[in-house]
Amino acid sequence: MKKTFIGLAAAGAMLLTLAGCAGGGDTTAGSSEGPKPVDELVVGFAQVGAESGWRTANTTDIQAAFKDAGIELKFSDAQQKQENQIKAIRSYIQQGVDVIAFSPVVETGWDAVLNEAKAAGIPVVLTDRAVDSQDDSLYVSFLGSDFVEEGKKAGDWVVEEYKDSTDPVKIIQLEGTTGAAPAIDRAEGFADVIAADDKFEVVASQTGDFTRAGGKQVTEALLKSNPDVDLIYAHNDDMALGAIEAIEAAGLTPGVDIKIVSVDAVKDGMQALADGKINFIVECSPLLGKQLVQIVEQINNGETPEKRIITEETTFDQEQAVAALPDRQY
Amino acid sequence: MNALLLRTVTSRLFWPVVMLLALVAINVIAFPGFLTITVKDGHLFGSVIDILRNGAPTLIIAVGMTLVIATRGIDLSVGAVAAISGAVACSILLGSSDPGSFGTVAVAVAVALLIALVLGVWNGFLVSVIGIQPIIATLILMTAGRGVAMLITEGQILTVDSAPFKALGSGFWFGLPVAVVIGAVIFALAALLTRRTALGMLIESVGINPEASRQAGVRARGLLFTVYTFCALSAGIAGLILTANQTAADANNTGLFIELDAILAVVIGGTSLAGGRYSLAGTLIGALVIQTLVTTVYTVGIPPIITMVFKAAVVTAVCLLQSPATNAAFARLRQRIAARHARVKEAAAS
Repeated sequence: MKKTFIGLAAAGAMLLTLAGCAGGGDTTAGSSEGPKPVDELVVGFAQVGAESGWRTANTTDIQAAFKDAGIELKFSDAQQKQENQIKAIRSYIQQGVDVIAFSPVVETGWDAVLNEAKAAGIPVVLTDRAVDSQDDSLYVSFLGSDFVEEGKKAGDWVVEEYKDSTDPVKIIQLEGTTGAAPAIDRAEGFADVIAADDKFEVVASQTGDFTRAGGKQVTEALLKSNPDVDLIYAHNDDMALGAIEAIEAAGLTPGVDIKIVSVDAVKDGMQALADGKINFIVECSPLLGKQLVQIVEQINNGETPEKRIITEETTFDQEQAVAALPDRQY
Repeated sequence: MNALLLRTVTSRLFWPVVMLLALVAINVIAFPGFLTITVKDGHLFGSVIDILRNGAPTLIIAVGMTLVIATRGIDLSVGAVAAISGAVACSILLGSSDPGSFGTVAVAVAVALLIALVLGVWNGFLVSVIGIQPIIATLILMTAGRGVAMLITEGQILTVDSAPFKALGSGFWFGLPVAVVIGAVIFALAALLTRRTALGMLIESVGINPEASRQAGVRARGLLFTVYTFCALSAGIAGLILTANQTAADANNTGLFIELDAILAVVIGGTSLAGGRYSLAGTLIGALVIQTLVTTVYTVGIPPIITMVFKAAVVTAVCLLQSPATNAAFARLRQRIAARHARVKEAAAS
């Protein structure tokens, strides 16, 4: 059903392409010929998929931002598969779009297709995730969060919260999917900060796969073997929400008996923060649309955007969550 | 006495039970309070209770899977069916004006199970009427089903706030987790229906030789329909428990890879994938081994990077110990010992 739907969408996209080619087949690689009117720009965006609420918010925001700016956006969904993403990028190259943007599913294996884009003179912008390539001339700019920085922000709050305490602080860490960049980097940033004081001790660190069920099951088991834990650091909100359930089932009060710090700031997480069940959330914003539009406009005007652009992100404590919750988009 | 020992050792369930006890022993060493069960807020609380509760969805699906496998089939679509049933229930609850009322939850659960039933009939139709190989027939729903669940949830994680629904996953009846009670009822029902009637024997006969069974007057088609429908229904129930446990429908992750856990539970329990003889008690032990293994990883503190390797090692050990080759080797060893005893006796007598 899903496959058929995508197939139909792809067929539809191809028809559109054919129609588009007839009109403007000669406009390939025109970035060096001076700025084009904004409404003639075409941007191709190859999204990872729709695997989480975060990702859906990311997609919606990018689509809305380009619509507002009056720039045509060609959008494709790769269903978490690199081969689909490479196909989409190739088709954008053939269509001669002005800028290609994409969130790489995995870090490696992009050199060939990015070289094709380079040869066609189409600038590439990475969003949200990086590629692991020796040749950084293959893309113009990387727009996304700094996961190490997110881990550090979480660590900073923990250090600040316990600055007056001399007792040891026992911490359980709920890791993201083993091997995923956000999981590795968020653990690293957090560990760097709390290493400064040896009263902080990570007594257990297990993966909850970024899911609620995972966070709940891991916390349940770990709370029994480490009943005296003070704080839980979850690599995303969903695992923190699972941990809340487990803490409540153990007859404790989340946010009071056991403090919780997490990363993401999705709506359900913010609600829990406002309710006092989570103590602190570091934002990892999916709202990249506006910044992506700015980069596209800069490229169109012949300017060179910065190589690494970090998403505008903040942190929330409980009061800030109460204030921010009504306008939360995702 | 000796005969009893021999019967125990040669039983198909011997090695899985040994493995389960070994895992429990490891847990007790790593965490002495492992077997402690206390009463907290009027219900039982402890690691063992967690294992039973978290293992219930796998057990429920594995019971259905056992019957499917006994007919020489397999059902890969259970994870997707679980996701669909959770998604349907949550979207009904969210769409209603009063998600906390008992009636709304009853409607949501009934509709979700009805849809699971329809999906089971679809699988049964493909396998028994069209004659597609079970692995292919159910693969269709396995891949397409998650897409359907995504369409129902519109790609979002649907969080519901409904006390009666939440109770399915984390509530208690008479001090026992609701999920465990449901699991026990389904297990008992399947055991009674197939072992206290001829149904179990008919299922086995279809698994051993469909053509011979047909000629002997067994209605294979109806039986296949029944087992696939029952399997999907149990997947639907498990999906509701999983969804209620996390109070949210997650089309991507609910029941992900649970088909593999269920098949593994059946295999650990000594039921052959080639169909025929099956053991529901074995499946129960298998499901418990799998869930205890998961908890062991957490209590012992095995680093996430090597978790998969650890699990694989345990599963490989169970399968090797259970294999006919190992059993034959043990049998030879016993014979040799018996022969030596006999010789010693002869020598002593002469």
